[in-house]
This record gives sequence, C-alpha cells and structure tokens, in this order.
Amino acid sequence: MVNNAIIFAVVTGISLLVSLIFDRKKTLLGLKKGVKIFIGMLPPFLNILILIGILLYLIPQEAIVKYVGPNSGALGFFIAAIIGSITLIPGIISYPIAATLISKGASYGVVAVFMTTQMLVGVVTLPLEIKYFGKKAALLRNALNFVAALMIGLVVGWLMRLW
Amino acid sequence: MVKKTLIKQYAWVILFLILSIGSYFAGFKPGLTIYSNFQKSFIEMLVFVPVIFILVGLFDVWVPKETIEKYIGKESGILGIFLVTFLAMLQAGPLYGAFPVAYILYKKGAGVRNIFIYLGAFSSLKIPMLGLELGYLGLKYTLVRSLVSLPLFILVGFLMEKLVGDDFKVKDAN
Repeated sequence: MVNNAIIFAVVTGISLLVSLIFDRKKTLLGLKKGVKIFIGMLPPFLNILILIGILLYLIPQEAIVKYVGPNSGALGFFIAAIIGSITLIPGIISYPIAATLISKGASYGVVAVFMTTQMLVGVVTLPLEIKYFGKKAALLRNALNFVAALMIGLVVGWLMRLW
Repeated sequence: MVKKTLIKQYAWVILFLILSIGSYFAGFKPGLTIYSNFQKSFIEMLVFVPVIFILVGLFDVWVPKETIEKYIGKESGILGIFLVTFLAMLQAGPLYGAFPVAYILYKKGAGVRNIFIYLGAFSSLKIPMLGLELGYLGLKYTLVRSLVSLPLFILVGFLMEKLVGDDFKVKDAN
C-alpha cells in the first residue's frame, strides 16, 4: 500500500507541477476547490472510519475465518456476502484476511464474494452515499451491486474449480 | 457561530477521541482495539484521500464541460465506457473517495450510466488494488475475478441508467 501511495502521490505531484507551469492562477483555484471539498468531507469520512473501527471489533478476523472457512457451504457464502456488505475493511487488512481464508481451505468463491461485496456494497457508507446520489439511486446501486457480487462469487468459484 | 457548527460537525469524532483517551487510561481493551482499528483506516484515508481531492480540484479547473460531455456524456457509447473504466483504474483509495469524483464527473456532464460504471470500475479494477490482490491471492484469481466483474458492473451501469435515469442528480455532500 505504501508503494502505491508513493506512486499515486508522485503522479499527483507531477500533475500539480505541470498545472502550475501552465497556469498558476488556475492551479491555485483548483487546489482551493479541492481543499474546500476535502474539509467539507472530513467529518463524515471520520465518522465512517469510527464506525468501521467498531464493526471490526464486533466482527473479529477469527470469527470471519471461522464462519466462512472450509465446509461452510452455502451458508458460509451468504455470511461472507453479508459481512462483506456491512463492513468496509481497508485493503491492507482485507487482503491478508482473504489470503488467510484461502490458506485455511475456504473456497475462492467465498473469498470472491467477500472481497467483491467489500468493494462494491457499502452499508456503512450508505448515509454518505445518499447525500451524494439521493436515496433511490444509492439504495439501488447497493442492491444491484449486491446481486452482481453474488454472481461474481458464484462464477469465480466455479471457474477456479474448473480451471 | 462558526465554532459551534464546527463542534457539531465533529461531535462524533470528539466523543470518540475522549472515549479512546479514557480507554487508554482505564486500560479498557475493547476501546483500545477499536481505536487501533480506526487508526489503520485513518492512515489509509490520509494516504490516499487528500491526493484525490487535489486531483478533483485540478480536474475541475482544467477539463472543460464540453470535453466530458462529448467523451463520457449520455451519448458517448462504447468509447465512454472504455474511458471511464480507464480513468477509474488509475485511481486509488476507498470507495467513499470515489463519491466526490462522481460528483465532479456529474457536474461536468458525464452520463448516468458512465458514472456508475466509473464507480464499479473504481471498486473492482483500480490498479493499486489489483497489485494487492495479485500479491495476496495470485494471478489466476485476479484475472478471473477482474474478467468476471467487468461485464457485471457495466451491466449495473446500464440498469442504473434505466432505473434512475432522468431524475438522477449528484449533490456536493457538504
């Protein structure tokens, strides 16, 4: 993650520099806009992070591994989808969990549905999403992506077994 | 007055910090675990999110509305899908960091379908994440999952356009 962050920051730094060379005034205006949006967003973002912290405590890694591990069957698949939808675990934590699941014998389908709901469906972030997209669109997006994630889990699980 | 709203905005954060400090002195384990979880997510946010906002700001001043309308607007077709997917792949960070980008795209005239395809691609195909996935879960899984996800989030984009189409708006959340 640190490497990614460095690359990302460097790319942004270069864009910023190029932008400054071309038009100082415009760049400063852009920065001002960016900072303004960021400051406005900070409280809801922090609230989400607090919620995630509490959720991660309530649903510890060991429990995830236990309930969606090997031989957990269709129920495990479904639990993985639900946990993945509710939580929003940062990649640095969720990928190691996924790797642990695989090493403990969980199926790729379960891991795929867990990781995909993790990424595509956000119950914790729903209030924030509603602020942006409105109730209807936010709920629909999450519902459709939940179905899509189930399909992704099933198909990936099937293909990984087949291949 | 400004101070008052600031306190209100940060009420949960302040409460959380007070409880965390309390947990620290009282040696209250659950509180400390929650704080350490928070800290991990917080670092992730600090690492990626401010950078996203710099890019959003620059994007706002440099990219004219006509360009976005033309290339990823309502009538942009396959090229538009390709472009938003590519744009999303270049990004990094958690999903909530993509909402402000969705807002700026909307403001600049991107089509509904493409906004949701953008969110789908951001969630499941961004390159920094694929790097992690590759490292932890292997090439075969990463390839299979990416290829299976691609048509599905494009489909979700089309469905969203059909279902919320005309009355869809993205608001600046603050």
